[in-house]
Amino acid sequence: MILNIDNDLNRFKKIVKGRVRKDLRRYMGSDELIGRQGDKVVSIPLPEIHIPRFRYGKNQGGVGQGEGEEGDPAQGGQGQQAGDQPGEHVLEAEISLEELAEIIGEELELPRIEPRGNKRISSRKDRYTGIALHGPESLRHTRRTFRQALRRQIASGTYDPKRPVIIPIKEDKRYRTWKTHTEPVSAAVIIYMMDVSGSMGQKQKDIVRLEAFWIDTWLRHNYKNVETRFIIHDAAAREVSRDVFFRTRESGGTLISSAYKLCMQIIEDDYPVDEWNIYPFHFSDGDNWSASDTRTCMEILREHLVPASNQFSYGQVDSEYGSGQFYKDLKQHFGDDERVAISRIPNRDAIMDSIKELLGKGR
Amino acid sequence: MAEQGWFFRVRRGLPPELREAQAWIEGIARGYGLDFFDTIFEMCTYDEINMIASYGGFPTRYPHWRFGMEYLRMQKGYEYGLHKIYEMVINTDPAYAYLLDNNTFMDQKLVMAHVFGHVDFFKNNLWFANTNRKMLDQMANHAARVRRYIDRHGEDEVERFIDMCLSLENLADPYEGHIRRHRARSEEEVERHARSDGVHKLPARNYMDRYINPPEYLEEQRRRHLENLEKMRRFPEEPVRDVLGFLIRHGRLARWQQDVMGIIRAEAAYFAPQGMTKVMNEGWASYWHTTMMTRDILTDAEVIDYADHHSGTVAMRPGSFNPYKVGLELWRDIERRWDRGQFGKEWLECEDVARKRDWDTGAGLGRQKMFEVRRTHNDVTFIDTFLTEDFVRENGLFTWEYDKRSGQYIIASRDFKAVKEKLLFMLSNRGNPRILITDANHANRGELELTHVHEGVDIQLEWARETMRNLATLWGRPVHLVTRVDDEPVVLHHDGSEFKVEKGAGGGGEGDR
Repeated sequence: MILNIDNDLNRFKKIVKGRVRKDLRRYMGSDELIGRQGDKVVSIPLPEIHIPRFRYGKNQGGVGQGEGEEGDPAQGGQGQQAGDQPGEHVLEAEISLEELAEIIGEELELPRIEPRGNKRISSRKDRYTGIALHGPESLRHTRRTFRQALRRQIASGTYDPKRPVIIPIKEDKRYRTWKTHTEPVSAAVIIYMMDVSGSMGQKQKDIVRLEAFWIDTWLRHNYKNVETRFIIHDAAAREVSRDVFFRTRESGGTLISSAYKLCMQIIEDDYPVDEWNIYPFHFSDGDNWSASDTRTCMEILREHLVPASNQFSYGQVDSEYGSGQFYKDLKQHFGDDERVAISRIPNRDAIMDSIKELLGKGR
Repeated sequence: MAEQGWFFRVRRGLPPELREAQAWIEGIARGYGLDFFDTIFEMCTYDEINMIASYGGFPTRYPHWRFGMEYLRMQKGYEYGLHKIYEMVINTDPAYAYLLDNNTFMDQKLVMAHVFGHVDFFKNNLWFANTNRKMLDQMANHAARVRRYIDRHGEDEVERFIDMCLSLENLADPYEGHIRRHRARSEEEVERHARSDGVHKLPARNYMDRYINPPEYLEEQRRRHLENLEKMRRFPEEPVRDVLGFLIRHGRLARWQQDVMGIIRAEAAYFAPQGMTKVMNEGWASYWHTTMMTRDILTDAEVIDYADHHSGTVAMRPGSFNPYKVGLELWRDIERRWDRGQFGKEWLECEDVARKRDWDTGAGLGRQKMFEVRRTHNDVTFIDTFLTEDFVRENGLFTWEYDKRSGQYIIASRDFKAVKEKLLFMLSNRGNPRILITDANHANRGELELTHVHEGVDIQLEWARETMRNLATLWGRPVHLVTRVDDEPVVLHHDGSEFKVEKGAGGGGEGDR
C-alpha cells in the first residue's frame, strides 16, 4: 500500500537537503558532521526546522514529580509540558554521504572527475542470468523445475487435478547459470601527507582533518574504489594509520622531500600508474628546512609525482611560526601547471573555498 | 456499521475474535453508563498507524512537510524503542479507532476499553459540542482543495503560505462558538454617536443649574463621550483573540489564500478541545479501562501483562508530568470523596484531622459526580476544582524553573498553591501566551498592533521574531507586539524584513481578558 505520507516525507527530506545546502559553509568548518558519520549516512542535527510560534521562553518553568529538596536540580532536566505545545525537539536528519557529496558538488560547482582514459582496470563479475540443463543441486531453479515437471506430466497424462502431486525426474531439472561480465572500474588512491613538525599545532591539524573528510567524501562519490594512505613527516617520513595520522604530535624539523620520497615509493610499489587514479594531498605550514631541500622537492615533483598523479594538491595552513615559503616556491614552479592545485587555508571558514580550489579542476 | 470504512483503500475487517471482543466490551461499557458514538475499529500496521498518527488521526490531510517530519520522528522513536503508540481514536460520529495489528489480544481489549472512554468523553463533554463530527469528510475535502491550489499556484507558494498560517494557528479564541464576543457596530451608529456631544443635562431652573448640573460633571460626561467615540473609531473596537479569523476578514489576501487560511483555522478549532481537556480525557479513559479490565475483562493469565502495560502508561518519570497519571488519580479522588461524602460546607469547615480521615457518610455519589464533571469541565476548571493538597503531597509534585546562575532546571517549590498555580498556568490557553490584536490601524498607517497579556513569563524572542515576520508578510504592513521582557515594557517591531526591539515603550500587559 502506498502511503500518502511518502509525499510529505519526501517534501520534508527536500527541505532538509535545502537546509544543509544553505548551511554548508558552517558544516564544512565544524566537527559536527564528522562526529556523526555512520557507515553510509551522516546524521545532522537540525534544530531550526520548525514552524515559529509565539511561545514562552526559558523562564516558563513547569510541574514535575519526584524526590528532591527545593533548590535541587530537577531530575531528568525539563519536565513535560501539560499543554499541547510540542517541546523543543532537536531533530536528527539523516542524509547519505552520497547525497552530501552531491550537495557539495553542486554548491561548490565542482566538475565531475573524468578518470584518466588509460587508467581503467576491469573487474569480472558473475551474474546469474541464464538457465541450464545441468548444474549443481545448490543452484537448482525450483520453480522452473516444477513447471517443467508439470508440463511433462500433463503431456503424458499422469497429472491428476484431484491429487496434484508433481514429481520431477532428472530431465525436468533446471539450474541457474551465470555469465561473466567484465566491467571497467575506476579506482583511486588518495595519499595524504601531513607535516607534523613542531609548528603544526592542534588547530592546524583539525583543519587538515576536516579538509580530508570532505576530500574523501567527494572522491568516494566519484570513484567506486577509493583507497587511502597516510604519511606523516617531520625531518623523516613514515606511513601511519588514519588514526595516528590525525593524532600524532611530533616535533622537530621539516624535510618535505622525505614525504615526497616515501609517497613516490608507495606509488611505485602498490599503484601501477596506468591502473590507478592517484591523488596525493600534502598539508603543511610551508616552512621547509632549507632551500636545497625545497629544490629536491621540486625535482621529485616534476620528475615523478606530478606525472604519476591525476593531480597533486598542496594545502597550506597558517601557523604562528611558519614563513609559508613553500607555497610561494610551489607557485613559482608549478603556478600554471594544470596538474597541480595549490591552496591556502588560513582558518576553518576557508575550508570550503580551499576545497573548491583543490577539487575544482575536475581532474 | 461494517461498510463504513470506505476511505481506506484496503479495508481490513476485524478478525472474528476481536469482533466478538468488541461487542462484549461495548456491552460492558454501556452497562457502566458510558454513552458513546458507534465506534469502528481498524487494524493497522506500524507504518500505517504512524502515518495516521502524524496526520492527527486522519487518513487524509492536505500535503505538508510537517506531517512527514512527524512521521519520521515516530518511526525513529519506534526504532529506538522510545515510544510506541498503543491507541488512537478520533472524534467523529461514528468514531474511528485504530488497533495495531501485532498487539496481543490483551492489548487489544485494553485499547478497546480505553477507546470507549474517549468516545464517551468526546460525545458528552461540553467543550466538544461544537466540533464537526464529520471531520473525516471535511479533512478529505480540505486536502482536495489544497491540492487544487497547489496545481494552480505551485507547491512552493502554497506551502510557504501554509507555513505562515500555521505559525499563527495557536492565536485562537478558545471560546469560539461557545460565546458571542461582541456585536459589530454599524457605521451609522458610530456617526450618530459622533454627532451628539454626549452631555445630558437635567432640567433645572437657571439659579439651580450649577448645583443640579455641576460643570465638573458635565465636563466628565463630555470626556467620557469622547473616549468612547475614540474607542468606537478604533479598529478593532475590542481586542481580538482570533487572529486568523481577523486576517481572513480584513487582511489583503487572495481568494485561495483566504480559503487555505480558513482551512487551517477550522482544523485548529477542531483539535482545540482535545488540547483543552487532555488531562481529563486521558484520565477518564484510563479510569474506565482499568475499571473494566480488572473487574470484567481480564483472564487470570493476562493479569501480569496488563499490570506491566498499565504501569508503563501511568508511570511518572522522574521530573516529568504525566497527564494520564494525574488525570486518573484525580478522577479516582473525586470518586472516593463523593462516595464518602467528603464535600460540602461541613467537610470544608471540619478541622479535626482524625475525623476527616475516617469521614464516610456513605453518600455513594462518586460515579454520579464523575459523570457530571465529565460533562462540564475542562482541564483548567478540573484542576482548579479538584486538585487537593493531599494529592500534591502524596504524588510528590513540585514546580521547577530555569535557574539562570547554574543554567539548570531546579526544583522551585513543593507548596500546594505554587504547584496548582503553575499547573493552571501551563494549562491555560493550552500553554500558549495570550496575544491579542489591539489595533489594526496603528499610528493611522494601517499597521497591526498586538498586545501580549503578560502573566509573569516572557515570550521567546527568537521565535517571536520569526512569527512576526510571517505576520507582517501576511498583513502586508509592519506589525508591533507590546509585551514585557525581563520585567520591562518592550515593543517588538517587524516590518517584514527587519526586526527591532524597543525598550521602555508601551505598557505591556495588564488587563484581564
